[in-house]
Amino acid sequence: MAEDYVLELEHIRKEYPGVIALKDVTLQLRRGEILGLIGENGAGKSTLIKCCSGAVIPTSGRIRIKKEANGEVKEFEKMSPQLAAENGIAIIYQEFNNVGELSAAENMFLGRPILKKNGIVIDRKAMEEEAAKAFAQLNIKINPRELVKNLSVGYQQMIEIAKAIQQNAQVLIMDEPSAPLTTNEVESMFKIVELLKSRGVSIIYISHRLEEIFRLSDRIEVIRDGEYVDTLITDKDPKTIPHQVDDLIKLMVGREMTQKYPPRKPCIRDEVVIELQDVTGNGDEHISFKVHAGEVLGLGGLVGAGRTEIAQVIFGSRPKESGRIIFKGKEINPRAPRAAINEGIALLPEDRKRHGALLTNSIKNNISMPIYERISKGTVIDSKTEKATAERYREDIQIKCPTIYQLVKNLSGGNQQKVILAKWLAANSELIIFDEPTRGIDVGAKFEIYKLINDLVERGVAVLMISSEMEELIGMSDRIIVLAEGKMMGELQKDEFNSDTIMTYASGIVPDHKKEAV
Amino acid sequence: MNENKFMSAFKANAIWLVFIAEIAIFYYFNPKFLSLPNIVSISRQVSYYGIASIGMTFVILIAGIDLSIASIVVLVNVVCAHLMMNMGWNMWLAIIVSIAMATLIGVLNGFMVSTIGIPAIIATFASQTIFRGLSYILSGGLPIPDVLRYDPSAGLNGDPILGFFARWSLNHWSIFPRTGVGLIPVCAIIMVICFAVGSFILNKSYFGRYFYAIGGNEEASELSGIRVNKMKYLIYALSGFFAGLAGIVVLSRTGSAQASSLIGFEFEIITCVVLGGVSVAGGIGHMSGVIAGVLIIGSLKSGMVMANVSEYTQMVVQGLVLAVAVGFDCFSKKRQAS
Repeated sequence: MAEDYVLELEHIRKEYPGVIALKDVTLQLRRGEILGLIGENGAGKSTLIKCCSGAVIPTSGRIRIKKEANGEVKEFEKMSPQLAAENGIAIIYQEFNNVGELSAAENMFLGRPILKKNGIVIDRKAMEEEAAKAFAQLNIKINPRELVKNLSVGYQQMIEIAKAIQQNAQVLIMDEPSAPLTTNEVESMFKIVELLKSRGVSIIYISHRLEEIFRLSDRIEVIRDGEYVDTLITDKDPKTIPHQVDDLIKLMVGREMTQKYPPRKPCIRDEVVIELQDVTGNGDEHISFKVHAGEVLGLGGLVGAGRTEIAQVIFGSRPKESGRIIFKGKEINPRAPRAAINEGIALLPEDRKRHGALLTNSIKNNISMPIYERISKGTVIDSKTEKATAERYREDIQIKCPTIYQLVKNLSGGNQQKVILAKWLAANSELIIFDEPTRGIDVGAKFEIYKLINDLVERGVAVLMISSEMEELIGMSDRIIVLAEGKMMGELQKDEFNSDTIMTYASGIVPDHKKEAV
Repeated sequence: MNENKFMSAFKANAIWLVFIAEIAIFYYFNPKFLSLPNIVSISRQVSYYGIASIGMTFVILIAGIDLSIASIVVLVNVVCAHLMMNMGWNMWLAIIVSIAMATLIGVLNGFMVSTIGIPAIIATFASQTIFRGLSYILSGGLPIPDVLRYDPSAGLNGDPILGFFARWSLNHWSIFPRTGVGLIPVCAIIMVICFAVGSFILNKSYFGRYFYAIGGNEEASELSGIRVNKMKYLIYALSGFFAGLAGIVVLSRTGSAQASSLIGFEFEIITCVVLGGVSVAGGIGHMSGVIAGVLIIGSLKSGMVMANVSEYTQMVVQGLVLAVAVGFDCFSKKRQAS
């Protein structure tokens, strides 16, 4: 190794039957640096880090690791989880490997417990002491005896990091570490990452949030479509950041992105599609609002404010206690999603993989799922209509896939979201509820989703959009309603949009001049 | 056809190669294995396995399990025999009532699993115990014999020769009456029809799409507009229905209803289904694989009987076949994943 690299990936290629996940990616990680790794969803970031962990075996390429202790360089054609651990590589995945019913200390030593001298009984005390030591090193305040299920997501992540450090990891790979965290937790995580860097740990930091990348990284590597694109040196001067962001986005998507939100023709109609009158239930109280045809109503608020909950009530997956839901001038009381779907209501849930897409089913089956009974004679599916429907929406909203028979689990996040949308378009939905429409979706695909939302409202569909991203909320909504703790805090017209007001409402504070109105 | 397509086609049909290999081995050791009488005898033996496996396929596809089918088969035996022999019912009426009862037991399983929310393994284990017990109570623990002598034209105490019921089940429909070859037992024809119906439900009707969806992800299925609970009722009812039909075929073969028979039959059916590539995790599997699974187990039993393998050894072999076949499948999937 020419320079002081601790980890070098050289011309990594990974082929799956029918798909090339990685064409040719090279990556060099210096000692004690933070390397930001960015790329659109489906660019191959996850596959790349799985090659480092041994979860994926590369088709070709070399992995070189330099041992810190003696400077010895080892070369591998493939890794295994054990090899990765032996060579000081640790990965913090988006999903944690913690066992909720065990204590923090027990989780730290999961699979490699400290035993008492007799070699049989677990030495709980020693483990708790070791864990406490590891936590103290990272300035983490966790009681080692606390059960992990009682800890917040942020602390659970810290346990994972502490575990990696306790196992002498020299290289820490973090995959979207901030995604599940609250703003405060993200701050604490940053501090730990910076602390680790100062101790000489090398970090690969993967994130969609470019501002985090700028805050933390020393260099930024961009990959696109499984190929290495470029590596930039991070310039932390705030003045140059907007310019750098533009450059990075161009590198990631390979095209110019002039504006983040596509323009929309004015298309709000007078006709009210849905009206909630004083609806209470599922943790929400006295919610009233209207959505017009061709309108995007934004639902703002903090996580846990009751936004998803009101969507569930409208969609019939949770019961309401009181109040009226009026849909197209008729009172409805859906007791199951099927009933809401039959009325013309659709929901794109926040957790796409768990609630939205049927991952083990084909694109074709996903799209036709709500309309099978309609496109069947008796119980026999009209397979021509089934195929034609899938092909039409694949074309219409440009789902990128080799065939409509591909399983949805093999698609990128953005394309999965499109499949779910296609399903509701096929069902002729008149109200579409988007719960965090672009969560975990990369910049290029986000823009496409926004364009699709515009197309929808221009055709007269009513859209209710729940979003925790302030910019998205302001950029896409025609009106915004803010919830806090299950109650409506305020409503903002387009000319009143501003992030400060939304944040104030979201934190449950009602400004004086609005108090009487609410 | 590129290499990948070839490989996936190969993998999808690998179970049929196992079947062919098995036949070849038995034929090598005993050429009589492929004689016409033996094939006819295997097809008769396999028939009720095949019929019962269809409902089980649906249940396992949605990541459920039905442990009650052996008890349903036995109860149908006892009830049907009781209605005909002790109460003098018309045969067809007795058959229809018994199968309806089996379907209702399936509905009860569906109620416990979906509406109450008892895990399938416990709910169907409870009905297994209940209906096995009811079979003992109804029959007084004694076999109801001579069902094959039942002859509706002669009334209750008909001529003690092969009766109408027996003729229906044991006699053959000759497709080549003049040449005298190609005799197909009626129960095998019933099995073929059932497999056709099963494939139809799975591939051509929207129920099949729903089953695969529910097996893949119950929550997302509900949110896609599938009434998951309703489907569970349907699936367990179908499982009960096919078990009931299998019960009638069993009765027509043995000619005697016995509450203590067919212990462990449900696990043999699970073996056939899982052997046929239906994933116990749900969402994956095809009817063609299950047909192969049924044929493998059926001919394995018959072949081992011909080779004078003891019943206990047969059990060992059957268990090994299950572990090896499923193990091979899981292992190849694991390798594919990395």
